[in-house]
Order: sequence, then C-alpha cells, then structure tokens
Amino acid sequence: MNAIWTIARRELAAFFDSLMAYILLVVFLGISGFFTWWFGADVFMQGQADLGSFFNIAYWTLFFFIPALTMRTLAEERRTGTLDLLLTKAVTDRQVVLGKFLSCLLLIALALACTLPYYVTVASIGPIDHGAAICGYLALLLMSASYIGIGVFASSLGSNQLVAFLIALLIGTFFHLLAGIVAASFTGAVGRVFDFLGMGVHFDSMSRGVVDSRDVLFFLSIATAGVVGAELQLSKRGLQR
Amino acid sequence: MDIRIEGLTKRYGQQAAVDDISLQVRPGEVLGFLGPNGAGKTTTMKMVCGLLAPDAGRILVGGRSVLAEPQAVRRHIGYLPEHNPLYPDMPVLDHLRFAARLQGLDPGRIRERLAEMVRVCGLDAEKHKRVGELSKGYRQRVGLAQAMVHDPEVLILDEPTTGLDPNQIVEIRELIKQVGRAKTVIFSTHILPEVEATCDRILIINKGRIVADGTAQELRRRSQGKPLVRVRIEDAPEGAPAEALRALPGVDHVELAGDGALLLQTADAGPVPGQVFRLCVDRGWTLTELHSPGSRLEDVFRDLTLN
Repeated sequence: MNAIWTIARRELAAFFDSLMAYILLVVFLGISGFFTWWFGADVFMQGQADLGSFFNIAYWTLFFFIPALTMRTLAEERRTGTLDLLLTKAVTDRQVVLGKFLSCLLLIALALACTLPYYVTVASIGPIDHGAAICGYLALLLMSASYIGIGVFASSLGSNQLVAFLIALLIGTFFHLLAGIVAASFTGAVGRVFDFLGMGVHFDSMSRGVVDSRDVLFFLSIATAGVVGAELQLSKRGLQR
Repeated sequence: MDIRIEGLTKRYGQQAAVDDISLQVRPGEVLGFLGPNGAGKTTTMKMVCGLLAPDAGRILVGGRSVLAEPQAVRRHIGYLPEHNPLYPDMPVLDHLRFAARLQGLDPGRIRERLAEMVRVCGLDAEKHKRVGELSKGYRQRVGLAQAMVHDPEVLILDEPTTGLDPNQIVEIRELIKQVGRAKTVIFSTHILPEVEATCDRILIINKGRIVADGTAQELRRRSQGKPLVRVRIEDAPEGAPAEALRALPGVDHVELAGDGALLLQTADAGPVPGQVFRLCVDRGWTLTELHSPGSRLEDVFRDLTLN
C-alpha cells in the first residue's frame, strides 16, 4: 500500500507540474459548467431541481478526458526508460499499475469535487433529491474508474502516448456507444448481453438514484480487468510473481 | 553479499543474447564487465536485477534466488540502468526520497540517508534543482545516488561513465571506488583504462559467452597480444631511430605513439630493452624513456572479441 501511495503521489505531482492537471480541471469545469448552466438542455430547462443535465454532460466529457489523462502513465515511462527504474525497486508490477490507477482516480475525484458548488446551487433553487445527486456522483466516479482501467491498460501496450490515447478511446467507444447501438438491433439473449455491456444503461439507472449491485460490479470489473491486463503486459518480461 | 550465476541463458528469438554464462562475484569485489556492443552485458545485468527473466539458469544474490523472491532480493540491489533514466520534472531530493520509499527504507532513516547521499555524491549545491536542469555529470551522480540510497550490498551499474567528460569520468570512477570498498559491484563499460583503475577483476564477454575472466594483469599475460616496449629517443636525426630499432633482432614492428615516443612490438620483450640501450649508447643518442607496459589491454580486448 505504501509503495502504491508513493507512486500515486509522484504521479499526481507530475500532473500538476506539467500543467496537465490544471488544463484538465479548467476545461472540464468550463465545458460542464457551460452546458449545465447556459446552453442546451441546461438545469433551467429541466423544470425541477436536479443535476441530471450535469451528469449527462460529465458522462461525455469524462469519456474524452480520461484517455488523455491515462495515456502517459505507463507509455511515457516505457519511452524514457524510467519504467526500468521503477521495476527494479522492491515493488511488484501490480503496485506500479495500481499507483498509476490511483493517481488518475484521485485527479478525477478532485475534478468532480470542484463541481460540488453546482450541487449546492441547485439545492438552493429548489428541493433536490439528495440521494439521486450522491448516487450520480458515485456513478461518475465508478464510470471513471472503468475508463481509467481501460486507459492504463492501453498505456501499458507500448511507448507511444498517442497510440495509447486512441486505443483507450477505441475500447471506451465500444462500452460507451457501440454496445447500446448493437443491443438495440438485436433481440433475445444477444440483445441482453450487449445491453448489459453498455456503459449508459448502468450509468443512467445509477444517476437516477438506484444503486444496484450489478451496476457497481459492472464498473468495478471493467476497472479490474484493465488493471490486471496492464499488469500482465508488464510481466511479459517473463518474471513470475 | 555474493552473486552466483549458473548457466544463465536468454534468447531473443533464435539469437542467444546470453549463452550459458556462469560466474561468481565475491562480497566486496568490484567486477568490470567488458564486451563489445551487443555482447549481452546489459541483458545479463537486467537479469541480475530481476528486470528480465532468464530462459534458463539461475541467479542467486546472497543465496536467494532473484526469480523466486524478486522483491526481497531487489531490496539489496542498487541498479543504475543504461542511459540513466530519471524523472526530469522531479527535484533531486524528491527523486532520492522517492527511490528510498520504493525500496522500503525505514521512514525514520530516510532523512539521514538522503543527507549521506547528497554528501557522498557531491550534490549539495544542486539538491533543490530539478533533475532536468542538471548537467550530465550531475545527473549521473543523481542516478548513482538513487541506486545507493537504500544502502544496498550489491550495486549493478550499467555504463555509469558514458557521455561524461574526462574530469567527470574520474570523479564518478573515484566515487565507485569509494563506495565499492564495502559493496559487491558489477559495472560495465567501454573504457578500458577505467576497468584497470577501478576493478578487482575483469570479465570479458562476447556474443553472449564469457571469453576471459581475471585481473587485468592475468588477462594481459594470457592474451596473444605482443609485448610492447616504449622508447623515447632525443637528439637523433629524424627517422633514424625508428629505422635502427626496426633492424634489431626480436622487434617485429615499430610505430610512432601520439606523443612522439616509439612503440616496439616484440616477439619477446626480455632482451629488447637492453639492445635498445646499447644502440643508443653506440650512436650517441639520448634515451629519455624506456619501459615495457606489457601488451595493451585494448589488444587483449580485440584478440578476445574479434574472431
């Protein structure tokens, strides 16, 4: 745990040093704020005090932002050779991957925490469903964990950040969009399988305030699969552990 | 801690990068690892650090298998990878602290070890700078410091002096010598005088196999390199000494060294210096230098690795 935290902290420091973190926060807050308060189906069009419009925007912005955040995690270390430095310390491959994962998750959590004023504002406009709002945030965080898992895995594949970004986006697109589209054109078992694989179904039910263990399990298993995949990719050097 | 390597083999596709190497490094020994590029030096060192898994053979560090307990063994190894990769955005002290934490150093000792590393590696003036702002020599010191911060008993240094200027090379070499007194060190290099100056023992590998193992002196004696005699003659007509020396019995070849001295390649160095001296007395030339450095390590290296 100690090693994971050490790696995560270094990674966070690098995010803030390279301005990456600030750019992400500013753009994320800018886009989600613009669409939540000002443009299109914003809060005032809803006719009731809820954060649904914000959650729908964040659902899309995070989908694009997370690959940009995760792309450098392992690919950059591989390119510069610092991966060798990490892997010859007394740490396991899993600790390295989890450290990277944790740093991205913390940054996203920070970005989401910065939107809490939206919550407070809407709550002061009218009677807000607190349960739904909290569930919505939880759903965003869990969905982010899934995409971070995918992104860290994509970053473990090679030393090119752009390739990592595109692969993460490609895998993400399947869950974000394609599964739902495919599900709609099939009936029966195939339709149900693709329906279950779609991110949207799980996100929607959760952001409406329904916490179903299947949804939570879905997000967590994608995140876990990503972490395990990245770990396997690192251990391709042939060491057993 | 000793290092024992038995039957170590690593293949990349069909080609064996390391081919059935066995060797032992005694505690406190400084082993110079020589070989042409692509001979398998880096691959061997990576396997000792547990970064790469061998296809066959085993590596024991202090009696523990690197493959079976990689984390436990790595705690006792300090590794400086080739090209010295570091995080350019990290300040020196943070970088060292990061390495210490990852090596599981007791938090209570970190401050003291950092101070020690800054002192030993001469980083005091630079300790708050970012690694990316440092000159290559200082970066190399940071690389060494991060490898040694947890006070490992074994140091594996992959070409620690490449790309440094001659002064920095001497500094780093002194540093290795100094810390190497109490540690088991393996370091690879291209610079032959460096191994002589620093190492207790030299190992030359070529095409993945060990071709020589011994002290610099032993290697010289064993090689087929011809013994050399170095001569400097003054107050003589231009070109005359070279011609006269070439005519001496037992001298095969005379070449002009860069500094104006003459190097004689001989079949047997024994009688040649005496003959040179008599020659100079006969001709009335001034002999200002005469000694036999043995065969050059460069020749030994060439003999063993070009075939």
